[in-house]
Amino acid sequence: MKKILSFTVNGEPVSLAAEPHWMLLDVLHDHLRLTGAKEGCGMGECGACTVIMDGRTVNSCITPALEAEGTEIVTIEGLLTEDGRLSPLQQSFIDRGAVQCGFCTPGMILSAKALLDENPHPNEDEIRTGLAGNICRCTGYNQIIEAVAAVARKED
Amino acid sequence: MLKKFDYLQPASLDEALDLLTEHGPAAQPVAGGTDVMIDAKRKKLVADVLVSLRGLKELSYIKQEESRILIGGLTTLRDIERSDLISARLPALADAARNMASVQIRNVATVAGNVVNAAPSADTAPPLLVSGAEVRLKSKSGERTVPLDAFFIGPGKTVLAAGEVLTEFIVPIPDGPYGQAYWKHSRRKAMDLAMVGVAVHLELEADLETCRLARIALGVAAPTPIRTPEAEAKLVGQKITAELLASIGEQSCDETLCRDSLRGEAWYRQEIIRVMVRRMGLSALERARAGRAG
Repeated sequence: MKKILSFTVNGEPVSLAAEPHWMLLDVLHDHLRLTGAKEGCGMGECGACTVIMDGRTVNSCITPALEAEGTEIVTIEGLLTEDGRLSPLQQSFIDRGAVQCGFCTPGMILSAKALLDENPHPNEDEIRTGLAGNICRCTGYNQIIEAVAAVARKED
Repeated sequence: MLKKFDYLQPASLDEALDLLTEHGPAAQPVAGGTDVMIDAKRKKLVADVLVSLRGLKELSYIKQEESRILIGGLTTLRDIERSDLISARLPALADAARNMASVQIRNVATVAGNVVNAAPSADTAPPLLVSGAEVRLKSKSGERTVPLDAFFIGPGKTVLAAGEVLTEFIVPIPDGPYGQAYWKHSRRKAMDLAMVGVAVHLELEADLETCRLARIALGVAAPTPIRTPEAEAKLVGQKITAELLASIGEQSCDETLCRDSLRGEAWYRQEIIRVMVRRMGLSALERARAGRAG
């Protein structure tokens, strides 16, 4: 039997009837059409479904939707600035060739955002560790790490 | 295909215990869900009702009470990883937490979940075993404490009874100098299960050389995480040297039941145990001397 689920996404309140066995990814991607979060593995291993929940990154594919009750969710769509421009991280990824097929990108950027929010000046090891839960099959990671490092260097 | 389950979110431990008792074998507890949800997706979930412990902040804490560290069962691996108290007093557990899975997983996965799931590779198990941990198990009808040594009975199987929840880890802090370290051997640097896990805990006499007490615990060397008591006994009363630790590494291999598996062959696991018992022993010794633990 469905239950009413209410939470905030990218600053906006949402409310919907959710089945208890739905995962947060189902709700975000299929029901709210926030298609940035993607199902890569469905098992919490690849990070393509990463979103930020109450300030912490989670794999939304294994987060029960009902656990989002009362929380603040940030998806990649929420990173645009108020005047609709790309955030520094997003721009840096594009500028440095860190996006190829783009499938890993939303999750990767959100993990990078969570990393920089906590540690504004990570070294390369810390960037690699912070992004270890996000797989990219295209880039070989170097451009991604450089894109994150470039944003970190500008934050003074 | 995901199994359709009901998902209940009790507001307190008492309510959770009531629900577990009420629903009986149809229910099981879930915390971070990083193992349970995968079971649900792979059709290995037996329960029809999941009782979520995730909101129970009362079970998430790390504190020192006199000569014990108390860790709430629902403490996340991320909180363990970032705890100054754990880094100072239980550095082997900190070593384990920081090398598990990913940030996303560690943000929700709990130490009780890792122990109750009881994979032979559970990374929190060897550190907690060498620290002499006990677990507090609560049910609607009461509570009991069990030494962690007696908790695991097979791969994925523990003495946790239906209707029980692992609420707390009780870890003694030794008097005097001590050190401990954990090595997770895996092919990848993250997001991988241990092929072998090695934890060593050494308590020293005031001369910082003679072993007063030693504990060694191994993951993926048997159907459950194990201690190697015969190897441990050979250290007690001895001056700890690299040579002695090397022979202890050999000795601890004799107490294992390593097997060939997807992640590695038995002969290789033995090699790693041999070497890493020595190296973690040296690390524990160094930490004891640096006054980093104890």
